[in-house]
Amino acid sequence: MYRGRLWTMRQYAGFATAEESNKRYKYLLEQGQTGLSVAFDLPTQIGYDSDHPLAQGEVGKVGVAVDSLQDMEILFDGIPLDKVSTSMTINAPAAILLAMYIAVAEKQGISSDKLKGTIQNDILKEYIARGTYIFPPEPSMRIITNIFEFCSKHVPKWNTISISGYHIREAGATAVQEVAFTLADGIAYVEAAIKAGLDVDEFAPRLSFFFNAHNDLLEEVAKFRAARRLWARIMKERFKAQNKKSMMLRFHTQTGGSTLTAQQPDNNIVRVTLQALAAVLGGTQSLHTNSRDEALALPTEDSVRIALRTQQIIAYESGVAETVDPLAGSYYVEHLTDMIEQQAMEYIEKIDKLGGAPRAIEKGYIQQEIQDSAYNYQQEVESGERIIVGVNKFKIQETPPKDLLKVDPRVGELQTKKLKRLKESRDNVRLKQTLEALREAAKGQSNLMLPIIECVKSYATLGEICDVLREVFGEYKPSVSI
Amino acid sequence: MNKKIRVVIAKPGLDGHDRGAKVIARACRDAGMEVIYTGLRQTPEQIVETALQEDADVIGLSSLSGAHEHLFSRVCELLREKNAEDILVIGGGVIPEDDIPALEKAGVKKVFTPGTPTKEIIEYIKANVKK
Repeated sequence: MYRGRLWTMRQYAGFATAEESNKRYKYLLEQGQTGLSVAFDLPTQIGYDSDHPLAQGEVGKVGVAVDSLQDMEILFDGIPLDKVSTSMTINAPAAILLAMYIAVAEKQGISSDKLKGTIQNDILKEYIARGTYIFPPEPSMRIITNIFEFCSKHVPKWNTISISGYHIREAGATAVQEVAFTLADGIAYVEAAIKAGLDVDEFAPRLSFFFNAHNDLLEEVAKFRAARRLWARIMKERFKAQNKKSMMLRFHTQTGGSTLTAQQPDNNIVRVTLQALAAVLGGTQSLHTNSRDEALALPTEDSVRIALRTQQIIAYESGVAETVDPLAGSYYVEHLTDMIEQQAMEYIEKIDKLGGAPRAIEKGYIQQEIQDSAYNYQQEVESGERIIVGVNKFKIQETPPKDLLKVDPRVGELQTKKLKRLKESRDNVRLKQTLEALREAAKGQSNLMLPIIECVKSYATLGEICDVLREVFGEYKPSVSI
Repeated sequence: MNKKIRVVIAKPGLDGHDRGAKVIARACRDAGMEVIYTGLRQTPEQIVETALQEDADVIGLSSLSGAHEHLFSRVCELLREKNAEDILVIGGGVIPEDDIPALEKAGVKKVFTPGTPTKEIIEYIKANVKK
């Protein structure tokens, strides 16, 4: 899994405006990063423009604000899209951001079949754990399968989904639950695509996964190994895949945000090292290492550099990348791998009995299992049964850290002004036509990607496109329990 | 018999990180309080409305998206407008130390940063809630 080519070093980044984020991307590429990973702000992720009342206070905070193709052009200015691979953490409006990416590439003279990257596009885990849903499950699954179909023809090197356990784990799940619920979601996507008439070996090779890496080094290594074995078996036996690539579980890893402590933040560098090592020993294809100050704020440039250096030291100095699956055959790691595989399979069977992942989510079963684990964990920490260095043991008096990154509070105003200018300069006749064409397509059964690309090119805003889809599809209403 | 303390745990804004909010909600419930959890994506107006309807003694606000300054302050402002300042407002999440004085000035009585034991929060509520 290594020997030949190392994993992609991909730091999740983005904040404030497209202009600011473009600078951070260029900095990271100069520092030897090998792929981009775009963080969008919450209004973008939930399909609201920066001037929407619900966007107040949120614009540019957890990622970059993208309101239209114009912002996307600025975001990738001077970055040749045929030379980098780009991962975008975008789910409910994934089709729209992918359309914008394709349109930017076209302007750079690059055809869509040359593009490499990933959209997260995993709505099920948004319902379970992450919260940036827009539409109800049925139309959401349709948009996802539309993307699978479109990309298999026009963007063949693109990872059409990143089926994510990361957020499930962050919400409190155990390692076993992370594997089980992620693969159960994966099964649901494969079933939906087959039901939509796609051939499994056409879309399955472009499915990718995204896992967490927490502190328990050997358990984490075993978790990655178990997930790989399970998925291969599911694809081969359950879905009768023939293509070997359909059976491969390719995954990105991010170190565990919830394991970072606000206390003695430099200790987090050590935690991240252990977690990154687990990911590499587990064979990850791409890796994000968290920065030491992320329990306090968005990371500073210095902190991000240390995080990237951590990966580089593992890659170039530790020697662990010179062997494929180096812990194979260790009695303990093999035992743990078998155990996680078996326990995850039991969960998957239980979810099958409930009618599959979408039904199990609707019933609140998956959410409740995760909440129970989160609460147990908290109780273990509070009773001292579980030691967190610097939090419930080995504490010191500290002065609050200085030099945290602060997003300019004027970003909201800046974006609003940009939107106003954009709306004054667009061809409104064309705009209306493309939005109406999308509405008609959404009401019918046809693939939505082409109409969305036309909307994007007429500089329809993200909010305008999502509003059309909201009017046709309605909005998701979650059930809440504690 | 003492009336149970009524707590509204709320997620203002668009942030989807609710692990902490749910853990706190459950810890308050286990400590004998009546807990209402609002779920995600609540506007300050909706939160204040819920608190008034539920006759809450406490509002616990959680935000990890950096929008706390705007959202927490707005909740306090609306409570003042409704003459409901006696409701104890506390907050938590990823909140830099530097932002806390401004939040306290706005009316948030206490901000709990990451790593705070739930017991500490429960004790704080019991000691500071208006009877």
